[in-house]
Amino acid sequence: MESTTKTANAQSKYEEAVAKIKSGGAAKYHEKNAAQHKMFARDRLLLLFDKDSVTQEDGLFANAQAGDLPADGVITAIGKVNGQTVCAMANDSTVKAGSWGARTVEKIIRIQETAQRLKVPMMYLVDSAGARITDQIDMFPNRRGAGRIFYNQVKMSGMVPQVCLLFGPSAAGGAYIPAFCDIVIMVDQNASMYLGSPRMAEKVIGEKVTLEEMGGARMHCSVSGCGDLLAADEQEAIAQARKYLTYFPGNYKEKPAITEAKLPLAGRPIEAIVPENQNVPFDMYEFIGALCDEDSFFEIKKLFAAELITGLARINGRPVGLIANQPKVKGGVLFVDSADKAAKFITLCDAFNIPVIFLADVPGFMIGTKVERAGIIRHGAKLIAAMSDVTVPKLSVIVRKAYGAGLYAMAGPAFEPDCCIALPTAQIAVMGPEAAVNAVYSNKINEIADPKERVQFVQQKHQEYKEHIDVYKLASELIIDDIVEPQNLRQTLEQRLHLLETKEMVFSERKHPVYPV
Amino acid sequence: MKQVTASMAGTVWNIAVAVGDEVAAGQTVIVLESMKMEIPMEAEMAGSVAEIKVEAGDFVNEGDVLVVLA
Repeated sequence: MESTTKTANAQSKYEEAVAKIKSGGAAKYHEKNAAQHKMFARDRLLLLFDKDSVTQEDGLFANAQAGDLPADGVITAIGKVNGQTVCAMANDSTVKAGSWGARTVEKIIRIQETAQRLKVPMMYLVDSAGARITDQIDMFPNRRGAGRIFYNQVKMSGMVPQVCLLFGPSAAGGAYIPAFCDIVIMVDQNASMYLGSPRMAEKVIGEKVTLEEMGGARMHCSVSGCGDLLAADEQEAIAQARKYLTYFPGNYKEKPAITEAKLPLAGRPIEAIVPENQNVPFDMYEFIGALCDEDSFFEIKKLFAAELITGLARINGRPVGLIANQPKVKGGVLFVDSADKAAKFITLCDAFNIPVIFLADVPGFMIGTKVERAGIIRHGAKLIAAMSDVTVPKLSVIVRKAYGAGLYAMAGPAFEPDCCIALPTAQIAVMGPEAAVNAVYSNKINEIADPKERVQFVQQKHQEYKEHIDVYKLASELIIDDIVEPQNLRQTLEQRLHLLETKEMVFSERKHPVYPV
Repeated sequence: MKQVTASMAGTVWNIAVAVGDEVAAGQTVIVLESMKMEIPMEAEMAGSVAEIKVEAGDFVNEGDVLVVLA
């Protein structure tokens, strides 16, 4: 009798302790979160994991003796997303603003180690003010201090998908968690990344600036490129993360799942979308819509360097990565930022066995003082390096034109694409007809005194040049592998992706390239 | 003040609006020629054209103001 009471007491003590920890920080911090439309960290995880998913949490009692630091401000758990096992960490901003102490760091390191052992995706749900300065000696400089989190991230990069959902701040060192992830989804107005807060900026360098301007979600998604997706609210951010993972395998050894095929959304056919006149812009999004399964396009970095589109999609149920020039923005010319954007996206696809398709309509890399000073050459080199050492199926489609180094950047024939195919109206050349005729004949043109005769001469040379770079001539010289009619493009890609399924290659035996960064 | 700025370096090829015109968000106001392409410059928001800062044939650098909207 006595022992039953003892057990009952022990049980109620246990339940009380668990309930207290699971309720997070003080009520006022929950209220503050709610006022900012922020969810409690445990609710975020509930929404991220499949409904009624098998979930296990370790370290619940971390720092329980401290009394006011439930779980030491971070929840680490294993659960299921779309039926696939994933590891997750979630900062609890109701506990000392989600700041890091020694056990916080140890818990994050352990869940990363678990993700490595299980070879499953690692999700970082970040909402943290940074390190607890008072605890620095226990969590900052040590072998298993905060630095180890980033070291692990680098080690895990390309091994398992790493996704960051940024719900609040990620400050100072903590800002490197998103930096080392494959993708960063930021909630508008609430998410921020910065090394030094506006308060610190004013104190140290004398700059007066708002948090939103300096490190806000919109800025990072459109200007710095540190953010990939801007979500309107937390629910949308979590839904996007779940959708993103459907395109990925659990790790680099597996292939992404093929889902049920869907037809493209009904719209204008490709032949109506692409104007023949090379100089007139069209909307590459419409082209992508006509090529891919309905509702399958998942764009990455939509607001950043919009002259180049990168995104995941499905063709007949097969996941692919699309790298497409957007002639509607800056003429589809490649810039410093677009080169960076493409380089990272290509390595993402290659790491996780997602075939890449290049849709080229590119006048080349931008020229002029501004871009030369910004290092367009080394940024372009980054893109060309990433594209070169791809070992997944690599398909190059010349949609309309590929001039100059633009042809190289978009996986042209020299870069061992599995195929380089072109629509019948496509042009491939060092430069367009106008520029070429000018370059070759400028002296001659100037010598012709009669304006009418001059125009006639230029037109004739244009014509000759166009014939010289004609797509049928390029096909006859085996420069391109095939000419594809626009209405057959989707089917061609479908079949080629299917036939390339067994592709296996090693790009090189060396450790790694000397990255052009 | 609302402005339409050049998104890249190029030459002003066509001015599609006149002072006093009402423009809608997304409407092309200036067409640049750059890299042998026509590059439309669109108004980010609606307004009426208060000033046109460039003439056809002018070279403009990225970030230069093309049109001022009121």
